[in-house]
Amino acid sequence: MTTSTAPARPSRIALNKQRARPAEVAFKLALQACLLIAFAFLASLIIFAVYKGWSRLDSRLWTEMPTSRISRVDTSGVQSAIYGTIWVIGTTAAICLPIGIAAAIYLEEYANNTRWYNRLLELNIQNLAGVPSIVYGILGLGVIARGLGFGFTVLTAAITLALLVLPVVIIATREAIRAVPNSIRQGSYALGATKWQTTWRQVLPAAIPGMATGSILALSRAIGEAAPLLLLGASTTILFNPDGLDSSYTTLPIQIFNLIKQAQSEFHELAWAAIVLLLAIVLVMNSAAIFIRNKFQKRI
Amino acid sequence: MTKPTKTGRSGAAAGGAHPLRQSRVRIGEKSIETGLVVAALISIATTIGIVVALVGPTVDFFTEVSFLDFITGTSWTPLFSQRSYGVLPLVVATVEVTVIALLIAVPLGLGSAIYLSEYAHSTVRKTLKPILELLAGVPTVVYGFIALQMINPVLRDLWPGEKKPDFQNVLVASIAMGIMIVPTIASMAEDAMSAVPHSLRQGAYALGSSKMQVSVRVVLPAALSGIVAAIVLGVSRAIGETMIVTIAAGLISDQVRFNPIESMMTMTTYIAAAGSGDVPVGTIDYDTIFAVGALLFVITFGLNALSIRLVRRFREVYE
Repeated sequence: MTTSTAPARPSRIALNKQRARPAEVAFKLALQACLLIAFAFLASLIIFAVYKGWSRLDSRLWTEMPTSRISRVDTSGVQSAIYGTIWVIGTTAAICLPIGIAAAIYLEEYANNTRWYNRLLELNIQNLAGVPSIVYGILGLGVIARGLGFGFTVLTAAITLALLVLPVVIIATREAIRAVPNSIRQGSYALGATKWQTTWRQVLPAAIPGMATGSILALSRAIGEAAPLLLLGASTTILFNPDGLDSSYTTLPIQIFNLIKQAQSEFHELAWAAIVLLLAIVLVMNSAAIFIRNKFQKRI
Repeated sequence: MTKPTKTGRSGAAAGGAHPLRQSRVRIGEKSIETGLVVAALISIATTIGIVVALVGPTVDFFTEVSFLDFITGTSWTPLFSQRSYGVLPLVVATVEVTVIALLIAVPLGLGSAIYLSEYAHSTVRKTLKPILELLAGVPTVVYGFIALQMINPVLRDLWPGEKKPDFQNVLVASIAMGIMIVPTIASMAEDAMSAVPHSLRQGAYALGSSKMQVSVRVVLPAALSGIVAAIVLGVSRAIGETMIVTIAAGLISDQVRFNPIESMMTMTTYIAAAGSGDVPVGTIDYDTIFAVGALLFVITFGLNALSIRLVRRFREVYE
């Protein structure tokens, strides 16, 4: 597909590249412009955030607590939000990774996908992947915080976020497991291994890079997520770091949102500094995920 | 994890009726399988949980407010003294944001997808696609603040009319959201186009088509259901997105407005704004969050189901 071959003229070498027509060139330029606009936006977003937050990008960001008083804004930071994010995301990972991987193993290795209930399970996971995050917030508020009585705690936030990113983990893990060649399974069975021995010792180790990519992307989405936590009590000003699963909490995106809502530009500068930190975390995680994926793809 | 210690001796009973059958039930294996099934069932429990969370308060809400008033009322002021529960201002604002965001995201997303799938060399594609996907990784609070502080001042400067865009407005939120959705549409559309068999392209080239003709008249129609699925998913994401509109589109919902340079409240903004206070359970204020949430869930659920069906169709054709 390298060149467009218009009707060949007998006098020239028939398959040589012809002069490009103006419409063709314009079309290609328009396509490149589409990508360029997206990239330019990404670049200007990062530059703008760094520029705006530069004056507050120092150790105060993680050594000082938030404040809502303008008089104290110079000695404030987002420490409780950083610790809150670590607590919430750590717990989220502990909940969603084992469950997501186990569910994916079931669907790929055990389930007979001609059965209606297994198809329903698949369809349900695909549908959950498209449910808006704020609806998960409603689930967290109505069922986990109020119904089960977990209250507005780190645990409630972590369970809600875990359910939110579970479809992402399951779908990515399934793809990774599916990419493991069947010959590996058959070889294992031929040596007398059971189904679980085959899965645990052969299939899963081979699928680790793909699972890692999916898990990192899922957690990076959870880190940046703010909407469901707004309904789960994270938006109050918290002046202490969480000390357990039943502790109150706030997270980085929520703290940024609180700072944005303030009227004075001093708060906004701090918000931009916190955004630079959040962007750095998320973009590093995304790059790591892509790096692992590319390295893995080369090997196969 | 428990592992069965003995390796299998399946089919040891040679000469039996089923020589290759497992000789006995393995308790370890069975219990592991049960554990895996339970993990898979959590996703079903999540769906049930969402429905249960929504149904109770929504039913309570409709015992106090008639469904017809809710769905046709043109003023949404549940927190004012003059209470009114007409959801149309929220729905109209949501539709406006979605339409404008898609007007930006569809051309940019499809253009990027065609370039990546049909024009870019594989090495170029391998570098460009991940960078494009980084856009999808940027947290939505950041998009919201970018809309407010980076895009809106430019928009106000360039705006030709007498009336400048409001401090928070639908247009600026839609622009940011449009950019946010580009990677979703580009990535899915590119997958659909890559799945189109090469024989179709080669046939078209053999008949003397140019690259543009092949892309637009052969690949695009062949991948149409996948592309439509990508767009539907984009619509669903735009409707459900919360932080960008909460930060940049505003909080005004007293009447139905159409001018996108005005400030408006979407369905998701209302849920976030009303839910972020500590609303007492059982009050009508609490119930409104769930009623609007139920409407949002039904709309996005329908769109997702449509998108999944469309993707299945294009897979059936070429795989």
